[in-house]
Amino acid sequence: MDEKKYNQIAEELKPKKQVFKHTLYAFLIGGAIGAIGEFFLELYQNLFSISEKDAGPIMIITLVLIAAILTGLGIYDRLGNIAGAGSFIPITGFSNAMTSCALDGKTEGLVTGVAANIFKLGGAVITFGIVASFILGGLRYVVSFFI
Amino acid sequence: MNYIMSFLFCGFVCAVAQLIYEYTKLTPGHITCSFVVVGAFLDLFHFYDQLIKIFHAGAMLPITSFGHSLMHGAMHMTKEYGVFGLAMGMFDLTAAGISSAILFAFFVAVIFKSRS
Repeated sequence: MDEKKYNQIAEELKPKKQVFKHTLYAFLIGGAIGAIGEFFLELYQNLFSISEKDAGPIMIITLVLIAAILTGLGIYDRLGNIAGAGSFIPITGFSNAMTSCALDGKTEGLVTGVAANIFKLGGAVITFGIVASFILGGLRYVVSFFI
Repeated sequence: MNYIMSFLFCGFVCAVAQLIYEYTKLTPGHITCSFVVVGAFLDLFHFYDQLIKIFHAGAMLPITSFGHSLMHGAMHMTKEYGVFGLAMGMFDLTAAGISSAILFAFFVAVIFKSRS
């Protein structure tokens, strides 16, 4: 069997991509996380009677806490298998990445394991965020002198 | 109404990310990083503030909001301290998210056992 024929057969036997189904699940679960966030946002606004601007960070802290606990229990990773991007794009995915890396390093001890591994995946997001906002912010700062 | 708006926008961002994930070979890490850069870029013309006004939590939750608030904090400080304000104010608005994520990740790692 030559290579061409082999590739052709291998291509046919590949499991079909279920793009629509995966995208739908990502939309539904990502949207559900957004709705839960909205629930906490309005709860804190009514409970402590504070402005929406101040309630935002408290809502984010709550969701980060929930995601960290769910990761510890192993539920968030199972959700991630179904939801795909629906679980790693909201801020809960950032919390999940940090917690699961910290858990993986537990066998190596507290300092070289947990504390050193905590930024393994989440650190990339922080680094890129800072570099991008430094460049773009610097650009806007320079431009603001001329306008 | 706010719930529906929030649901739609957060779901929309996740669906876009999922489509990128399906049709390219990028890993979740690459996609989150590029979304953060997109968020910072959208704040260049104060566009993201409008999104938060319309969609509330739906626009605050996706990782794009992380880039937006980094940029927003940095730009706010430049008014007072000039170019050094970029570094001084960078974490002003995201401090809550990052500190709580580190804190809870540490405590969860101490309490729970690894499952993988």
